[in-house]
Amino acid sequence: MFALRAIAVPAQRQAFRAAPRAAVTLSLQNQRLYSEKVAKYEGKKDVKGNYTVSLIEGDGIGPEIAVAVKDIFAAAKTPISWEPINVDPILKDGKTAIPDDAIESIKRNKIALKGPLATPIGKGHVSLNLTLRRTFNLFANLRPCRSVAGYKTPYDNVDTVLIRENTEGEYSGIEHVVVDGVVQSIKLITREASERVLRFAFQHARSIGRKKVRVVHKATIMKMSDGLFLQCAHNIAKEFPDIEFDAELLDNTCLKMTTDPIPYNDKVLVMPNLYGDILSDMCAGLIGGLGLTPSGNIGDECSIFEAVHGSAPDIAGKGLANPTALLLSSMMMLRHMSLNEYADRIEKAAFATLAEGKALTGDLGGKASTKQFTDAIIEKL
Amino acid sequence: MLSRNSAQRLLRAAAQPSQRLNIARGFASVQDTPAQSLQADIFKPTKYGGKYTVTLIPGDGIGAEVAESVKTIFKADNVPVTWEQIEVSGLSDATPTGRTEEAFADAVASLKRNKLGLKGILHTPISRSGHQSFNVAMRQELDIYASISLIKNIPGLKTRHDGIDLAIIRENTEGEYSGLEHQSVPGVVESLKIITRAKSERIAKFAFSFALANHRKKVTCIHKANIMKLADGLFRNTFQSLSKQYPMLECNDMIVDNASMQCVSKPQQFDVMVMPNLYGGILSNIAAALVGGPGVVPGCNMGRDVAVFEPGCRHVGLDIKGKDQANPTALLLSGTMLLRHLGLDDHANRISNAVYSVIAEGKIRTPDMGGNATTHEFTRAILTSMENSL
Repeated sequence: MFALRAIAVPAQRQAFRAAPRAAVTLSLQNQRLYSEKVAKYEGKKDVKGNYTVSLIEGDGIGPEIAVAVKDIFAAAKTPISWEPINVDPILKDGKTAIPDDAIESIKRNKIALKGPLATPIGKGHVSLNLTLRRTFNLFANLRPCRSVAGYKTPYDNVDTVLIRENTEGEYSGIEHVVVDGVVQSIKLITREASERVLRFAFQHARSIGRKKVRVVHKATIMKMSDGLFLQCAHNIAKEFPDIEFDAELLDNTCLKMTTDPIPYNDKVLVMPNLYGDILSDMCAGLIGGLGLTPSGNIGDECSIFEAVHGSAPDIAGKGLANPTALLLSSMMMLRHMSLNEYADRIEKAAFATLAEGKALTGDLGGKASTKQFTDAIIEKL
Repeated sequence: MLSRNSAQRLLRAAAQPSQRLNIARGFASVQDTPAQSLQADIFKPTKYGGKYTVTLIPGDGIGAEVAESVKTIFKADNVPVTWEQIEVSGLSDATPTGRTEEAFADAVASLKRNKLGLKGILHTPISRSGHQSFNVAMRQELDIYASISLIKNIPGLKTRHDGIDLAIIRENTEGEYSGLEHQSVPGVVESLKIITRAKSERIAKFAFSFALANHRKKVTCIHKANIMKLADGLFRNTFQSLSKQYPMLECNDMIVDNASMQCVSKPQQFDVMVMPNLYGGILSNIAAALVGGPGVVPGCNMGRDVAVFEPGCRHVGLDIKGKDQANPTALLLSGTMLLRHLGLDDHANRISNAVYSVIAEGKIRTPDMGGNATTHEFTRAILTSMENSL
């Protein structure tokens, strides 16, 4: 019952939010106003002309790769100043929560970069990643995967962009034991959340210059839940006549992407939570693992960009970690902040260094340390 | 929070599995050694006039073409099987109104009678007004709870990965495909995923028995228990506690997103994989793509009484319907699995050897395998190969 009450709150909020929109005549302009509001970065420069970014270094190799990113940003003279924060969980009213000053910092800066966090194992702990997502209502997870020239996998020239609904679906966390040995887990799909993530997907497609958006679903089996998601997609697509829209069954996407991912290079894929989770990791597998894939969690008020790989406690502190994922995430962050020219420059240097293959870290089959890899990138800047 | 209507549904959902629970429990508490219980599982279909009767459901899309190919080849080898062909279709325009459901009922009745079936895939409409998936309904109705997809590199058919030999065992009757959904208020939909201990136990036991019977070494349980702590937690815990009874097998578990990543990067590490319904759908597609697509992956659905053999990666293939391009390999190999199930190994070997040799030769292949032969030409090549080997 407790869990059920938790969904009652967003439902109320949703009704509240939806009401004024419905009351106003839905003129085109009105819609555009709303659509421009989706996940727009509204941070302000400080007196020195820098944007402040909250930095969660994370556990394990987190601090090392954070240093690498900071060094590279400093070398590229990026107008960013860092505000390190600590998100070690505290228990608040019996629930896992993030310390208040961390929340304050992210709310103030509206943007954060995050290293890997180790989820404490134990009963009743909600993972910190999930807590962060819930606290800041980060509704969309953005996962681009691009082949790295220096790292050979069976797949070449992969360049996929996946967007995943991040707040509900199969991961609603509503579960209960009906009788001993019978469990129900509820997949929750709401129009509100679906429309929001879909609108973001179309906008993102526009902003990265892709002309096609594809929804991945399983509406043949889940006719109502995935059906609703699909129906929302059809509605939102009408607001974006310049973007081509189609839908594909999850099974087909899995099959085709694994057979040949190239046809997906001109599309943005958007899907409910679980499918997105599985497919985005699958795409990471295509290009060589989570060490090379960036990720962004997008919300209306703030956004958190992160490396999705683990905290690798076995190599922590040895200076061997690969900072690529966090660095690429920070590129996404720069683009989100409309600092594209810095992002392009750093990205070019990073990909050139990877392609050259001289200063690769151990996980990519090289011998370089984190420092050497970082220096190689800085040299190219 | 829940309306009375949905509360009733919840109750019904709760009642349904618990009814079956007793039956399943009875099955689960068989105290034999694993090998024996597997033996006890194998039913003995009756032979009439020296022939087995097998229900054949060609299905939609490419079904008719590949079924024809199977019939031709089986006939050429004098396989002692009589087909009882039933045309079921999930397409709305395929049959006159009302016939669809009837044909489906006929098919189920026929399968119950014959206990054996060879089946193509039936189309499922996306629209909400459309019928529930016949494929799923059939599996639930017949309680054919274990789906097996055999994923193995075919010699000579080059793909991006080598050395893959894995079996995906998928729970077929509950999970995300329970079909229980409701709209609490407009714009808020709940879809129920049901996991029960009885069914988790039975699929896990099936996987272990399968691994032992097929001399496999390792069983991996795929789940998402870090997020769905209760549902997938139950599935995983059941698997783990049962795995103690099988010390001769290596057992581990893996989270589904990691598994799909490993599948495209290091698929060689997997042997037997067991998982709930939806993950099975995802992973069987990913894995099928690794070895050459849905046209070459055989599979079957096993229950206590009935076994239905169908392509292991379930695609209708509406896009190439009627173009004589379909690859009959998946259904042919599923057919040979059926023959082995009946103990007709000689026939099975002859047919599968012919299929493999034609593919390995590489001259006559259907478009999905990189050739330009038609279904008919490919079938003829297999017939020729069978003749030559005599």
